[in-house]
Amino acid sequence: MSLLEVKDLKVRVEEREILHGLTLTVNPGEVHAIMGPNGSGKSTLSHVIAGKPGYEVTDGQILFRGEDLLEMEPDERAAKGVFLAFQYPVEIPGVTTWNFLHTALNAQRKARGQSQLSSPEFLKKVREVAKSLNIPQDMLKRGVNVGFSGGEKKRNEILQMALFEPAVCILDEMDSGLDIDALRIAADGVNALRSPDRAMVVITHYQRLLNYIIPDFVHVMSRGRVVKSGGKDLALELEASGYAQFEDAA
Amino acid sequence: MNLVLAKNETGRALSDSFAIARDRLPGVGKVAEARSAAFEAYERAGLPHRRIEDWKYTDLRALMREVLPLAPAPDAAALKRAAAAVKLQAIRGARPLVLVDGVFVPKLSDVGGLEKGLTIRTLRDVLETGDAALQAELFTPDNANPMVALNSAMTTDGVVIEIADGLVLKQPLQIIHVASGPAPAAMFTRSLLRLGRDAGVTLVESYIAADGAKVYQAHDFLIIAIGDNSRLDHVRLVEDGREAFNISSAVVTLGAHAHFNTFGMTSGAAVSRYQGTIAFAGEHSRVETNGVNLLNGRQHADTTLFMDHAVPHCASREVFRAVADDRAHSVFQGRIIVRPDAQKTDAKMMTRALLLSDDAEADNKPELEIFADDVTCGHGATTGALDESLLFYLRARGLSEKEAQALLIQAFVGEAIESIANDDLRELAIAATRRWLEARS
Repeated sequence: MSLLEVKDLKVRVEEREILHGLTLTVNPGEVHAIMGPNGSGKSTLSHVIAGKPGYEVTDGQILFRGEDLLEMEPDERAAKGVFLAFQYPVEIPGVTTWNFLHTALNAQRKARGQSQLSSPEFLKKVREVAKSLNIPQDMLKRGVNVGFSGGEKKRNEILQMALFEPAVCILDEMDSGLDIDALRIAADGVNALRSPDRAMVVITHYQRLLNYIIPDFVHVMSRGRVVKSGGKDLALELEASGYAQFEDAA
Repeated sequence: MNLVLAKNETGRALSDSFAIARDRLPGVGKVAEARSAAFEAYERAGLPHRRIEDWKYTDLRALMREVLPLAPAPDAAALKRAAAAVKLQAIRGARPLVLVDGVFVPKLSDVGGLEKGLTIRTLRDVLETGDAALQAELFTPDNANPMVALNSAMTTDGVVIEIADGLVLKQPLQIIHVASGPAPAAMFTRSLLRLGRDAGVTLVESYIAADGAKVYQAHDFLIIAIGDNSRLDHVRLVEDGREAFNISSAVVTLGAHAHFNTFGMTSGAAVSRYQGTIAFAGEHSRVETNGVNLLNGRQHADTTLFMDHAVPHCASREVFRAVADDRAHSVFQGRIIVRPDAQKTDAKMMTRALLLSDDAEADNKPELEIFADDVTCGHGATTGALDESLLFYLRARGLSEKEAQALLIQAFVGEAIESIANDDLRELAIAATRRWLEARS
């Protein structure tokens, strides 16, 4: 069974159809890149998979391990193993990163029928994970993303990914707002989390990110559809020729 | 004409009630005269209503309708119910001073082994046998505010606490107001706390209901005088029953180099109004006054503060957070006056309201009157809903809707709670917030 199946998905936002029948199949261990120009519907896809309110699915389905994902609340999806790394992680003043991570992990564990982690147990776990990703401990004491640089915010997303151990990670424009050094650090973090059980969907406008996170498959989106799929070389082809050819095709 | 206005049926009933109660009210001579004058002032005004600017958002004629008859002194059964409630609410390590249905109850209080320099007496005792100066001080409030006037007329008991120069008390004092019975009744209390020079204390005030108490009115008044170089940490927790009314006032005066850190949390009572006046009488003093309202159902809570900067070089900070769900209504009125001599005043006020439902309401009315030219003053007020993007972020990380809301509400009120200087009291406020959030989900 596939891990994630998006079948002929049609999505509207405020009466305007953004996705016009999108199909995508992701199996465990695979890394898929979704590329496309601004407005092609890449971020809409990531939001709909995570369950963000404000999108109306008019047709098609999304299955996660064969289950209807669209029937689930966002928190149920998270507990099942769907993780969205946000393009713009929000700042939450007054909530420490440490408290947020502890609350979130225990909420997911509770939903899965697993035991709750006590503060010392959690501390031990989060320290290990932070260390493995070279994330300084003091980041955990600060308000969630408050005063974080662009790079720190993305590292916080990767820290969560490592901590929650999801089955599928959707990385929405992870490269936006990062300089080349920050990008490399973030990509290293993602690569460290690649595993045969875990799939990743890397959404990006630029080929640059794919120099660091090498995909197994590349899909080109234009005007709400996947217009071309191929191997990693497709990204290089795009870099040379641009998106214009696909916009005409779509 | 005013007399006619007040002579409605309920006014008449109260008038009779005052006549009957008079024998039970402590104090003769000047005190009795002050009571009569206060009652007349109240009768002329009647319950405050929305056409009086100060009561615009809290129309007691509509919300409270009438003043209930004076509660009878608690009997053995009432005391038993009160004792059970006190047991749940008393703060560990604090010295409890318990008023049940407006009457001080020594048996439930701890007035033994008082530190040298600490005096605790009941209001009744002071009014019956105390010196005239103290009695006069207890009746200084003017009768312009009808609810203060009513309290002056009807007050039955309270605690009078005096802390001598140089005494810094380690043990907090906790005044606990308990309503004991199911019969609708009103209690009227008045307390005083005086700190000498170089003194310090922590005072907690709790308003609670015993099991079975339903419709009641708690009318309270607190006079605080903080001497030079003294410090008062103060927390007020209004956890009255859901059908109760709590109408409380406080008048605080600070000497020089004094420090007053006060925090109020209202999660109980159907209707509550807290009116505080804080006056700087000495230079280089500082006040932090912070509050949180946690309201749901049809609760109505009004905090009306008046910060009076009369002397130079003083600082005040007001941080207020209101959370209103369902059809609840939160009111914050903050008036700051900087008088002509009060140069170098530093006064700031920030109020924020969080509305959790479309039918909830929050009114913020800041007023700054500045008559000095070398001052730093500012205020800000915002009202809004929970940020959808934050909620989604938390839900995408596995928190249920209620859990995500709870975390954001805790963060929202956190800023006001953070300002509580005393660690134990801060924990108390955090725990009260958590209780409210748990009851919600």
